[in-house]
Amino acid sequence: MSLLVDIRHRLGALDLEISFRAPGGVTALFGRSGTGKTTVINAVAGLLTPESGRIELDGEPVFDTRSDLSVPTHKRRVGYVFQDGRLFPHLSVRQNLTYGERFARAKPRASLAEVSELLGISDLLERRPGGLSGGEKQRVAIGRALLSRPRILLMDEPLAALDSARKAEILPFLERLRDHTDIPILYVSHSVAEIARLATTVVVLEGGSVARSGPAEHVLSDPGMVRQIGVRDAGAVLPATITRHHNDGLTELSVSGGRLFLPEMDTAPGTATRVRILAHDVILSRALPQGLSALNILSATILALRDGDGPGVIVQMQCGEDRLLARITRRSADVMALQPGDHIHAVIKSVSIARTDVGAG
Amino acid sequence: MSDWLGPAEWQALALSLWVSFFATLLSLPFGVFIAYALARWQFRGKHILNVLVHLPLILPPVVTGYLLLLTFGRQGAIGSWLYDNFGVILAFRWTGAVLAAAIMAFPLMVRSLRLAIEAVDPKLEQAAATLGAPRLWVFVTVTLPLILPGLIAGSVLAFAKAMGEFGATITFVSNIPGQTQTLPSAIYAFLQVPGGEGSALRLVVVSVVVAMGALLASEWLARRAVQRIAGS
Repeated sequence: MSLLVDIRHRLGALDLEISFRAPGGVTALFGRSGTGKTTVINAVAGLLTPESGRIELDGEPVFDTRSDLSVPTHKRRVGYVFQDGRLFPHLSVRQNLTYGERFARAKPRASLAEVSELLGISDLLERRPGGLSGGEKQRVAIGRALLSRPRILLMDEPLAALDSARKAEILPFLERLRDHTDIPILYVSHSVAEIARLATTVVVLEGGSVARSGPAEHVLSDPGMVRQIGVRDAGAVLPATITRHHNDGLTELSVSGGRLFLPEMDTAPGTATRVRILAHDVILSRALPQGLSALNILSATILALRDGDGPGVIVQMQCGEDRLLARITRRSADVMALQPGDHIHAVIKSVSIARTDVGAG
Repeated sequence: MSDWLGPAEWQALALSLWVSFFATLLSLPFGVFIAYALARWQFRGKHILNVLVHLPLILPPVVTGYLLLLTFGRQGAIGSWLYDNFGVILAFRWTGAVLAAAIMAFPLMVRSLRLAIEAVDPKLEQAAATLGAPRLWVFVTVTLPLILPGLIAGSVLAFAKAMGEFGATITFVSNIPGQTQTLPSAIYAFLQVPGGEGSALRLVVVSVVVAMGALLASEWLARRAVQRIAGS
C-alpha cells in the first residue's frame, strides 16, 4: 500500500512542484494555508487535474501526463473525507454509509455494523444528517469513505471545522483506524498537535514544494523544521509504553531513554502510545538536578544547536533511541557553553504534557 | 356537474388537461438537460442557447405560432420530414397543440430548474464521485432528489402556462372543436357567437379552479419534498 505523487501545477501566484512517496500508515501533509495541501489531495482524488506529473496508487498509475492518462474520480477508489463532511442531506445515515457499497469492487473489509461500532454511530443509522452534530457528521463521513472500500483514505482537515471537544472526540477514532485497518491515510492538516498524534510519516510543504519528508519522529524533532512548524509548536514525538498507574494520579511510561511520569491516563498498562514533548517545556541542566519539583529527568546527548530568529536556540538531543528538542535562550546556551556531543539532563514538568498530546501509538 | 357543463365545454376542458399534461411531460427531460447545461457547463454559445430558450417568453405568441407553422407545418422543413419518415402531422392536430404549449411553457420550466440546480452544492456531487459513483448515477441519486422541489414547481408552472396558452396554439393548430380547441380557444370561440356568454363564463370558472388547484398541489408537494431533504 503506497502512494506516489510527483506533480507540477500553477496555483495562482504559486508554482507547485510537489513530489513525495507515502508508505502505509498515516502520511500527514503539513503546511500553512496556501502551500498547496488541498491541491495535492484533490489531485490524488482526481477532482483537480495537475498541469503535469504522475500519481500512482499501489504502483498503478492513476494520472500520468506522459501517457495522457487521467483515471476519472469514480474509478480511482479513494475515500475522501472532506473538511465540511458533505453528507447527502436527503439520505439517512445508513444510506449515506452504504452509498459507495454498490461500486466497491469487493466486499468491504469491515461490515456496516463493524464500522458503525468503530465510529460510535450505530445509534444514528436511521437519522438524517440534518439533525446530527458536527462531530457525528464527521464520523459518518469517515464511515462512508471507509465502506466504499478505498485503496487510500484522503482526509482534508477533517477536524478543522470542529471545536476542541469534538476534536478530542474524533481523534481516538482516527487512531483506531490507523491501528486496526491497513488502509493508508493521506491526512492534510495545519495542526501540529493532530499530526503529532496521528502521523507515521510527515511531508512538510513550503512555498509550493516539499521542504522535508520522512518518519514523523524524525521530521518533528528536526531542528531545521522549527521555522515551518512554528516555534510554539516545535517538539519531539516519542514512542512510549505505559508501565503502570500510580495511586497518586500519575501514570508511568517508559521511553527508550528512561521513564516519564504523566498525569493519569485511562489506558491499560502495556499499551503502546506516543508522547509529544514541546521544545519550550524542556529545561536543560549540566549536572543531575537535585531538589527539583520536576519529576521527569532524561539524560541525553546534544546533537545540534540551531539559532532561531529571536533570542532562542533550539537544541536537538539524542535520548536513548529517540530525539528530543529543547528551546532555550541564546544566553543560557552561551553560559552553559553547550556543544554538540555534550552530555546533558533534560527536565520536563509532568503537568506540562497535556492529555491531548498523548495518543495511542 | 356533468349537466352544468355542456359536451363541447367538457371536451374543451378534457383536451386542455390532456394537452397540458403531455406538454409538461415532453418539456421535462429537455428542460432538465438544458437547465443542467446552463447551470453547470461552460461551453461556446451558452448565451445564445439561453436567449433561444427564453425567446418564446418575449416574442408575441402569434409570432411563435407562425414560426411553428413555418417549420412544423406540412410544407415546413421539419414538418415535411416528420410526415415523410414517420407519417406524423402536427399542424392542426392535438399533437401540434402539445408542441405549441410545450414550447411556450419551456422557458418557465428551465428557469425554475436552473435555479434549483444552481442551489445544489457541486461539492456533494464530487463527494459522490469519490465514493465510486459514475456521473449519471450521481445525477439520479444526488442531484435529482435535491432539485425535486424546483422540479415540481417548474412542472406546475409549465402546466399552468400550457393550460392558458392561446396565441401560439390558435396560430399553429387553429381552433377545431374536439381536436385543437383548448379552454382559452373555446372561451374565445363562445364569445364570438351570440348567446355564448354563459358557456364562456362557465369555462372561465373552470380555468380559475384548475389553476388554483394546480398551484395549491404544487405548494404542498414542494413542501413535502423540502421536508424530506431537510428532515432529521
